[in-house]
Amino acid sequence: MILSLRPHHAGRMAAAQALRAGAWRVVELLTTPLVPADYLDVIAPLRNAEVLRAKVVAVHKETARAVTLTLRPGRGWRRHEPGQYLRLGVDVDGVRLWRAYSITSAPDRPDGLVTVTVTAVGGGAVSGHLIARARPGMLLGLERPTGDFTVPRGHGAKVLFVTAGSGLTPVMGILRSHPPGDLSDVVLVHSAKSPEDVLFGDELRALAAGGRITLVERHTGTDGRLSPADLAVLVPDLAERDVWACGPNAMLDDLMAHRPEQTLTVERFRPVVIAAGDGGTVTFLRSGRTVEATGGTPLLEAGESAGVLMPSGCRMGICFSCVLPLREGAVRDLRDGRVTTATEGDNVLIQTCISAAAGACRLDV
Amino acid sequence: MTTLQRKAVNPVAHLTAEDIESIGRELDAIRDAVISSRGERDAAYIRRVIKVQRWLELGSRGVLLFSILPPAWLVGTAGLSVAKILENMEIGHNVMHGQWDWMRDPKIHSTTWEWDNASPSEQWKHSHNELHHTYTNVIGRDNDLGYGIMRVDEGQRWHPVHLGQPLWNFVNACFFEYGIAAYDLELGRNLSTKERRSSPRFKAGVRQVLKKIGRQVAKDYVLHPLLSGPSFLHTIAANAVANLVRNLWTHSVIMCGHFPKGVETFERSSIEGETRGDWYLRQMLGSANISGGRLMHIMTGNLSYQIEHHLFPDLPSNRYQEIAPKIQDLFQRYGLTYTSGPLPKQVGSAWAKVFRLALPNRRPMPPLRPAAAQEREPVGVG
Repeated sequence: MILSLRPHHAGRMAAAQALRAGAWRVVELLTTPLVPADYLDVIAPLRNAEVLRAKVVAVHKETARAVTLTLRPGRGWRRHEPGQYLRLGVDVDGVRLWRAYSITSAPDRPDGLVTVTVTAVGGGAVSGHLIARARPGMLLGLERPTGDFTVPRGHGAKVLFVTAGSGLTPVMGILRSHPPGDLSDVVLVHSAKSPEDVLFGDELRALAAGGRITLVERHTGTDGRLSPADLAVLVPDLAERDVWACGPNAMLDDLMAHRPEQTLTVERFRPVVIAAGDGGTVTFLRSGRTVEATGGTPLLEAGESAGVLMPSGCRMGICFSCVLPLREGAVRDLRDGRVTTATEGDNVLIQTCISAAAGACRLDV
Repeated sequence: MTTLQRKAVNPVAHLTAEDIESIGRELDAIRDAVISSRGERDAAYIRRVIKVQRWLELGSRGVLLFSILPPAWLVGTAGLSVAKILENMEIGHNVMHGQWDWMRDPKIHSTTWEWDNASPSEQWKHSHNELHHTYTNVIGRDNDLGYGIMRVDEGQRWHPVHLGQPLWNFVNACFFEYGIAAYDLELGRNLSTKERRSSPRFKAGVRQVLKKIGRQVAKDYVLHPLLSGPSFLHTIAANAVANLVRNLWTHSVIMCGHFPKGVETFERSSIEGETRGDWYLRQMLGSANISGGRLMHIMTGNLSYQIEHHLFPDLPSNRYQEIAPKIQDLFQRYGLTYTSGPLPKQVGSAWAKVFRLALPNRRPMPPLRPAAAQEREPVGVG
């Protein structure tokens, strides 16, 4: 009986699918040369699965220099892993700029909302704009969550988090997500300028008071910067713990240099810039635009400021979303000074966010 | 109008080379001031125009579902005509110029925009942005002058076929979007020899145009009419009228930009070794504005500020109106004529020329003088 029904059923499924695809083609033809989603955008911007967006539903001031945004992600969002980040596209002075923010909420919130905490960065266009201007109802560009700064569920109990400033945000996401019992022996060493500058200070102190974590606050205004030697004193059983660290590059570099024997996972918010290129004329072949780029300007930024639609991602050399073919010329990797060259006819893929011109170069975009 | 070098009175004879370079510097400064102040207000403007256009189009098409009822037909047809004009002029033309690329919004970007017109945006960007805007009003280089089918300058040799040009021009106006597509394909030139006809590049271009036309026709003359059920034929008529209105309107606006009295044309030889200042000057002399109210400017896609647009094709269109007084002042200080007039007058002037040049010249052409740039005499600016 079942066997005889199956082909029939499959046939019906295929027919329904073909019908749906055909109907969709008709809808597309009705809206040509635009796509149906362009009209949907006018009516219900969050329903557009082609362009993922988020709506700000609440803005909460954390400290004098930080706000938490509660976001409703649109259609096409994917559940995140605790510790991951998302990217927000924010129109600052009419120009869309993308920045990554660690997710601070648990992935299984029943209301489906996510939170990020934005901390003011000196001269930061996007953070400054969001802190001053974010209001409920504001629409932002959104990209799906990504990132490897995660602690798998069922990980051994003993964990050390070393964070500084806004580097606390992914750890907060992790602490809020794991059920009690999981990660039962957590030490958090967090650096901030003063007790008032500690993000989520009350919540952390409450977690510590309840015995969920052991909290070590380091107030760098009075105690100075944390050194790896300090860490050994503050955390006596350091050697038994896997370490997750997030904060300024200087702190992360120190940790990586001093504790190579341990499992150390780090999350950087900014690329490490070591060597500048020599600069040169950059030609964007498809758009036909040309700019003079300095040796310290990533090609991604050079293109964006020339009005070229550049693919982009993390902006620190991790995600490979910004990769483009270098047809000709030389570029220098801003992280290690390595020079990559291409001669005519070549098709060398380079990461534009951490590559600067080291002479004239031609990019296929 | 006749080419500058053949004119009895040269309108730039009083300018020195230094004057022309200082005009260039002043214009660069006006441009820089706009670019450094582009921002949220401008972004909000184009997004609002796009939103209004989409609602208007959706609403009009919705009303046309009942186009069998005369009031619905009238309202829907009027709304759709306006929506199509806005889409082609203030949105499509300007977005494809890269006026909004600085916003870094992939949805409003010159490299991704496709417009509601028979000509694929890729081909149009080449013939319009690259050829017309670079070689503005240079006889033999700028195909916008007469679209290769008309005699537009006394300097062009008359042929009996030109007797029919008022008719060609009218037919071209009615089917303007197809005229543009044919002209972007350089149809006349490419059909002329077997070698050109069979070139893979030309063939690919033709396929691209036919595909686009197929989709456009299916949308306006098959699918939307089918959706309207009993109003099928009425919706076909409504869409045809909307396309016709859009074609006549855009054709008129384009004619006003470069055809009316007072606009200069240039010999090929005059643009050799052109400096930035010379280029600016050619744009200033080769364009004409349309005066009118705010609605007129929006409906022409701010091409009513043709002079400002030709000086700065990639500045946001909402800014042309703001810089126009500065540009007029510049014209005045350097003793140049800022050609402008109301729409009926400019359209009339352009049509008068089409008729006049259908006939042979009444007087023989004056001899060709050397290019203006070489004969300028240092005369103080008045």
